[in-house]
Amino acid sequence: MTNTWMDIKNSDVIVIMGGNAAEAHPCGFKWVTEAKAHNKAKLIVVDPRFTRSASVADYYCPIRPGTDIAFLGGVINYLLSNDLIQKEYVLNFTNAAYIVKPEFGFKDGLFTGYDEVKRDYDKSSWDYEIGEDGFAKVDMTLQDPRCVYQLMKQHYSRYTPELVERICGSPKEKFLKVAEYMASTSKPDKAMTSMYALGWTQHSKGAQNIRTMAMVQLLLGNIGVRGGGMNALRGHSNIQGLTDVGLMSHLMPGYLNMPTQKEPDLATYMSSRGFKPLRPGQTSYWQNYKKFFVSFQKSIFGKAATAENDWAYNYLPKLDVTYDILRAFDLMYNGKMNGYICQGFNPLMSFPNKAKNLQALAKLKWLVVMDPLQTETARFWENHGEFNDSKPEEIQTEVFELPTTSFAEDEGSLTNSSRWLQWHWPGQEPPYETKTDIDIMAEIFLRLKTMYVNEGGAFPDPILNLTWNYQTPHAPTPEELAKELNGRVLEDITDPADPTKIILAAGKQLDGFAQLTDDGKTACGCWIYSGCFTDAGNQMARRDTTDPGGTGLAPKWTWAWPANRRILYNRASADVAGKPWAPQKPLIQWNGSRWVGFDVPDYGPTIKPEQSVGPFIMQQEGVARLFARTGMREGPFPEHYEPMEAPIANLMSPAIKGNPVARMFKGDREALGSAEKFPIVATTYRLTEHFHYWSKHVLPNAVMQPEFFVEMSEQLAAEKGIKIGGWVKVSSNRGFVKAKAVVTKRLQPLKVDGKVQHVIGIPIHWGFTGAAKKGYGVNVLGPVVGDANSETPEFKAYLVDVEPTTPPVTEPAVASVSSSKKQQG
Amino acid sequence: MATYQSLDLRRRSATTEPPPSVRGTAVEVAKLIDVSKCIGCKACQVACLEWNNLKEEVGVNVGVYDNPHDLTEHTWTLMRYTEWVNPDGNLEWLIRKDGCMHCDDPGCLKACPSPGAIVQYQNGIVDFVSENCIGCGYCVKGCPFNIPRISNVDRKAYKCTLCSDRVAVGQAPACAKACPTQAIYFGSKEDMIEHAQGRIEDLKERGFANAGLYNPEGVGGTHVMYVLHHNDQPQLYAGLPNKPQIADTVALWKGIFKPLSLGGIALAGVIAFIHYITAGPNEVTEEDVEHAKALTGGRDVS
Repeated sequence: MTNTWMDIKNSDVIVIMGGNAAEAHPCGFKWVTEAKAHNKAKLIVVDPRFTRSASVADYYCPIRPGTDIAFLGGVINYLLSNDLIQKEYVLNFTNAAYIVKPEFGFKDGLFTGYDEVKRDYDKSSWDYEIGEDGFAKVDMTLQDPRCVYQLMKQHYSRYTPELVERICGSPKEKFLKVAEYMASTSKPDKAMTSMYALGWTQHSKGAQNIRTMAMVQLLLGNIGVRGGGMNALRGHSNIQGLTDVGLMSHLMPGYLNMPTQKEPDLATYMSSRGFKPLRPGQTSYWQNYKKFFVSFQKSIFGKAATAENDWAYNYLPKLDVTYDILRAFDLMYNGKMNGYICQGFNPLMSFPNKAKNLQALAKLKWLVVMDPLQTETARFWENHGEFNDSKPEEIQTEVFELPTTSFAEDEGSLTNSSRWLQWHWPGQEPPYETKTDIDIMAEIFLRLKTMYVNEGGAFPDPILNLTWNYQTPHAPTPEELAKELNGRVLEDITDPADPTKIILAAGKQLDGFAQLTDDGKTACGCWIYSGCFTDAGNQMARRDTTDPGGTGLAPKWTWAWPANRRILYNRASADVAGKPWAPQKPLIQWNGSRWVGFDVPDYGPTIKPEQSVGPFIMQQEGVARLFARTGMREGPFPEHYEPMEAPIANLMSPAIKGNPVARMFKGDREALGSAEKFPIVATTYRLTEHFHYWSKHVLPNAVMQPEFFVEMSEQLAAEKGIKIGGWVKVSSNRGFVKAKAVVTKRLQPLKVDGKVQHVIGIPIHWGFTGAAKKGYGVNVLGPVVGDANSETPEFKAYLVDVEPTTPPVTEPAVASVSSSKKQQG
Repeated sequence: MATYQSLDLRRRSATTEPPPSVRGTAVEVAKLIDVSKCIGCKACQVACLEWNNLKEEVGVNVGVYDNPHDLTEHTWTLMRYTEWVNPDGNLEWLIRKDGCMHCDDPGCLKACPSPGAIVQYQNGIVDFVSENCIGCGYCVKGCPFNIPRISNVDRKAYKCTLCSDRVAVGQAPACAKACPTQAIYFGSKEDMIEHAQGRIEDLKERGFANAGLYNPEGVGGTHVMYVLHHNDQPQLYAGLPNKPQIADTVALWKGIFKPLSLGGIALAGVIAFIHYITAGPNEVTEEDVEHAKALTGGRDVS
């Protein structure tokens, strides 16, 4: 979230698209009801299904799964062609005026620089023209045909309401009504919030879905303001924390990048991370990258990281490719990865192609599962009839189950969607022999280290030199770890003007990342978390509900990264002169000498408005990017591509059907199905009654939604002879599931490119362990393809067929033998 | 919340004398269910199971979101989902939390023949006292909303208590506490009616011209009220009665039939006594025993 949950109450228009907040985030949804009840907000829902969010919406518009960019591209076209943008904001706070290189272009669905063999782009043309002064050229009149504004206008002029209707199946008048609601917030004092979740991420172009809405929000001047923002609703209580501390193979804590093989030494690694400002006087905060990096190395390798050894840069692995989960399972499947520690994760059920996952796990020598629950992954070898048709007698994998505490049984912080680090305490004693994840990891590490000490190894240095200064080595406390993430001063830091004067004494906990240095005098485990646990104590444990101005920011409740800032880019809440765009909803403003207000300024606190420093201080330009010169693999402007499995050709660019840079492994492409054999679009989702594959272990939740079902329209059910509550078989080119049929008016056939298009919905919560009725893993059906930028699987849009069927065989063949014996006896 | 305390009785089933009370009159309470704010998440249903320590069976899916499929002796509140295409051709998904309405003039209490099996507290809550319940099912017949359910295990009637145990100590009902969108409000009936007015205004501004408060007069008003978008058509919401009333048979039972039937019972007693005096006691003959054996397949019936 750029903003916070509570801030949603300040919105004038709330758009739920690419998510289903009422259903998947019911507790946070209270702020939507608050906005409706007390701010007269309008709630707009765009979704393939009439969801529980839609049931309380002011306006609902259907859309075909996987066509969000076409819809929002249409909105951009509507805003630009009707001049319904917040002009002063766009001109001053975005790169609309920047001149793009003459080499850059777009033709037949592709941007310049495409390499068909590599399925990747040479992105060198996706940049600004740089003037003789070394800075990007701009045209503040926006008239230059090569400026971003003009290129964007041209690019999206193709997204007409008529074409939106043909592609998305959203009736033209409904699409226009939604566009009109959105456009109403182009007034400087009005704000729209975008609430989205996996409905946008789980696509082969998920990141671009989000980016398109970010562009809409920038055109409307809705970023950095109260009641605005791009608000990702995170699905797990600590999934924000997971990305923050870099629990992905290509990331290190604080969104630093893991080095690649092309970066063998620190100098090379840093050469592309200088982040020189692209306009005069801009902040370009990533210029401090080296401070974050060196402090991180000092934190994990301590004295072993020195200036002489490039801060132990050689200890870090250098990636040849990204080792995401799709690749990890591909490696297991191909016998190249033989052991797997699976911590708090149920990949057998949650990653695409269950059959492949099952075979992959069966090829392992050992599998360690750390989880509070009996997950399907831990029991992958068990035969449960059609629900998990494994052959236990042929599986040699040794499985170790290490029961862990649940969130209610241990201490620590969870980072929520609002970027709040909330400290929590155990609510009860953990059962039996469970241990915390920390204790388990500590013991594994200490045993590994002992082995390296006793037996040596190919490269023992990073293991032997890992900082491990915990009072009880086999059980580090959450507080000790949190203090490490916050960081501390290692050596006295003196005043540059007066070396006898100590500014920061060794041993002090850092107050924030502004104190980090790149000379090894500070250590910090995660720079964006610096400030969470200072000498003033554990800031995450704060429980002060004071909320000056009733803004919903409650600045003394826990601690938010970065720097306890509650709304990112908040300098953009005020105009060029520093006066709030919305006088009734001020956030921060210039008082003549400082930036003051309700939030911690996301800006130099004393930078004068007339210095023209942009509000997007992380960018080299200082302004937000309507044209993304870096960061996106598909191109600087989001472009509509069909899902990898789609019922129609790409009407925008017939030559390019799916995302041209999405990665697919061998065999997975061949497993894609055709619209001739599988004419129905399927989309998967979560229900309020359940939390992923967890809550089916809880009796009341199992009672609320006891059994696996799929949802379809009355028309489709009639066509196929399917009865309400009857059994149906849903097949894709990769497998099938059987489920009960929920026949509903909430799904309506869409008219896509003039033809009737059926869409079915498949909730995901059942499996073969737990209290609910056994059900199939829905991941039997989905294609193995990830988003080109994040490798998030495309679970939201693929092709299937449905037919009536008989109930599934629920028991393994063995059970029927024993029951027949019983009868004989 | 001391004035909400609910130990003092206003009424007691099959009892004519008013219960004693030395304490001051309690404020009437009400639960307000704002259907327009409800997202159908079923948190209220789970909270009800948990607070009341009820174990419901894991059922099956029969093609709808309603689970369980009806109220049971374990499920005292249930989300009922209705898909309705409005006259503009737009779909509305009307989700109503069903359960006891706590009528001011409770049909169940009136119909109940067992003294003290159903009580109404001064604050308006209608509660079942299980130890006095004889499982006759008259409360089911007497309820205009089809709420009470008889357990197949202990043959006693069960329904929502409006968390009288929580209310008695100044807490809101478990469902209201659990509701994430504040679709369930709890407080004095007066305050709830006032709060509802604000919600109805908001709904009218949003185009629901017939938005209103469901607090039906036919049962003397209720202590569970709904804010409905379409108060002119309550039946849209999974058959919520348009004009609920206590069944005529119950009204008659409590009216003219009660003295008549009491007279009848007395008359039957008198006649039985005369029969005993004149004809002697009833005795089992050998033929009776043989006949019974034939019916039970030869097992000893003595």
